[in-house]
Amino acid sequence: MRFWVPADAAARACGADAVAAAIAAEAARRGIPVEIIRNGTRGMVWLEPLVEIEAPEGRLGFGPMTVADVASLFAAPATHPKALGPTEEIPFFKRQTRLTFARCGRTDPLSLSDYEAGGGLAGLRVALAKKPEEIVDDVVTSGLRGRGGAGFPTGIKWRTVQLARAPKKYIVCNADEGDSGSFADRMLMEGDPFCLIEGMAIAALATGATQGFVYIRSEYPDAIAVMRRAVGIATAAGVIGDAILGSGHAFHMEIREGAGAYVCGEETSLLNSLEGKRGVVRAKPPLPALQGFMASPTVVNNVLSLAAVPWIMAEGPEAYSAIGIGRSRGTIPLQIAGNVKFGGLFETGFGITLGEIVNDIAGGTASGRPVKAVQVGGPLGAYHPVSDFELAFCYECFAEQKGLVGHAGLVVHDDSADMMALARFAMEFCAVESCGKCTPCRIGAVRGVETLDRIAAGDGAALALLDDLCELMKTGSLCALGGFTPYPVQSALRHFPEEFTPVREAAE
Amino acid sequence: MTDTARLSEIVASHAEREGALLPILHDVQAEFGFIPEAALDPIATALRLSRAEVAGVIGFYHDFRRQPAGRHVLKLCRAEACQAMGGVALQARLERALGQKIGETKDGITFEAVYCLGLCACAPAAQVDGRLVGRLDAAAVDALAEEMRA
Repeated sequence: MRFWVPADAAARACGADAVAAAIAAEAARRGIPVEIIRNGTRGMVWLEPLVEIEAPEGRLGFGPMTVADVASLFAAPATHPKALGPTEEIPFFKRQTRLTFARCGRTDPLSLSDYEAGGGLAGLRVALAKKPEEIVDDVVTSGLRGRGGAGFPTGIKWRTVQLARAPKKYIVCNADEGDSGSFADRMLMEGDPFCLIEGMAIAALATGATQGFVYIRSEYPDAIAVMRRAVGIATAAGVIGDAILGSGHAFHMEIREGAGAYVCGEETSLLNSLEGKRGVVRAKPPLPALQGFMASPTVVNNVLSLAAVPWIMAEGPEAYSAIGIGRSRGTIPLQIAGNVKFGGLFETGFGITLGEIVNDIAGGTASGRPVKAVQVGGPLGAYHPVSDFELAFCYECFAEQKGLVGHAGLVVHDDSADMMALARFAMEFCAVESCGKCTPCRIGAVRGVETLDRIAAGDGAALALLDDLCELMKTGSLCALGGFTPYPVQSALRHFPEEFTPVREAAE
Repeated sequence: MTDTARLSEIVASHAEREGALLPILHDVQAEFGFIPEAALDPIATALRLSRAEVAGVIGFYHDFRRQPAGRHVLKLCRAEACQAMGGVALQARLERALGQKIGETKDGITFEAVYCLGLCACAPAAQVDGRLVGRLDAAAVDALAEEMRA
């Protein structure tokens, strides 16, 4: 018998290791030879640990599994209480457009042969047959924009690095995925690490870079371990190293671990950290594309931007740009989290509405209470009330509503959410994580907490002060941490003003 | 091997890397449990930095410790997705059960905040001596507190 038990951190946090051990023990007890593959996650986190068994009709899913559910999996799988039927027929999975996550959950993450059998390395081979400027043109044509949150066209960034003249260039992957509600980078690195390596190798071919770094936050120990092993395997197999797939192009990769600093997700701060310095933000210009790591031309891209490239090269940029709406092309791996019935990763074309995501796909709240607000784009993203549910998922659509797509994480709150407390938390988080370089962020965040405390104590005059402070932080901060912290604060104020009035004191 | 020899070995193993300081600090902390005062000068000398620069880097990052942690380290996620699933109440419950506030080390237990473990679809989440746990509820945190005190 062949079993798949995810080794993804979310599955393990819900008991996957114990379930895998129980399967091995039960098989031994029954004298049945079994193969247990530790795959990545299918992204249906509410079903984790999601165990699969091989059957003539395809892989059958069971979940969420516990150790107690294991014995009956051997006895009567068809009538098992946790039986889900064919995994890929589960509606949440079936209605996705999985391009970047095509292999995640299907394969053994560290099997290079699995990777190739699933279409891996096809994009890199296409790229090897092209001139660097043709690769860049393809990425521009695809319409791919930075998936880390800024939404800058990836191909334009690559072109700047390609045209720069320097003895050494770098590809830096930003895997400092610190936004609450986001886990797509982690899932991809744990579930399909070679996809990221392939994307980085293509970026190296396009730009002439010879060294790559993946900067992964220390809160992701599993992703760090998997990526380190994958880089070792890919180097030993000649996919990267002295000669990419035997070509004349060298590309070496190294995994670097962050040390607990949210601000290092900002690209210039990340570069300082990678250089061994305090992770303070750098003023731009110079652009990292021209003077990035060690003052050399550097591509800094998010995991999902780089991991989208192999598909684009293999299937053609037009196939990618055919999906999406407006200037938001291709697919976006949504991360649905917080108080939802069906939480997890859902990759789909841009254009789906917020309401479809929350009501249809996520199934509403886990608590069964009404949805109150959805924070989109991490701790710097706006709180959207239910009246925003018609909003289509695209960079410009959210910007128009004074929100942001960010890294496409969605955190759903039910009607018990305290919006004043959440606004205060946004300021408190900014104060904890500020790098300290610019005053609006360093001092502003502390003043923001104090001002919200005054409002909570019934000082209505402090409301105008808070708004003024937010405007100052937006316009005066050096990076998105100070510049976007006002988004959750002001959106909470705008949509839920009744929670910020001194009524509560008057009522007491 | 003496601590000094082990430290020299760690520093030497990374000396050729570009931007070697963070990898060195991670390894030193993994070896000794914290960054000992005596490590600063040798690291600074090897990387041709001032002692103040090394101290400044250690102080910037939440992960690096200048003092040893407790025998157990419990990190509870305080970020929004965990809050949406009742994380604030669980924090208060843990603080009561452990008799210490988040951010304190007491009786061999270090209880810290973490801002997102990437387990936002199985929130609330925590990391217990390195092990990740999701879908926490009142019973689960009571069991964690028991485990910490044992």
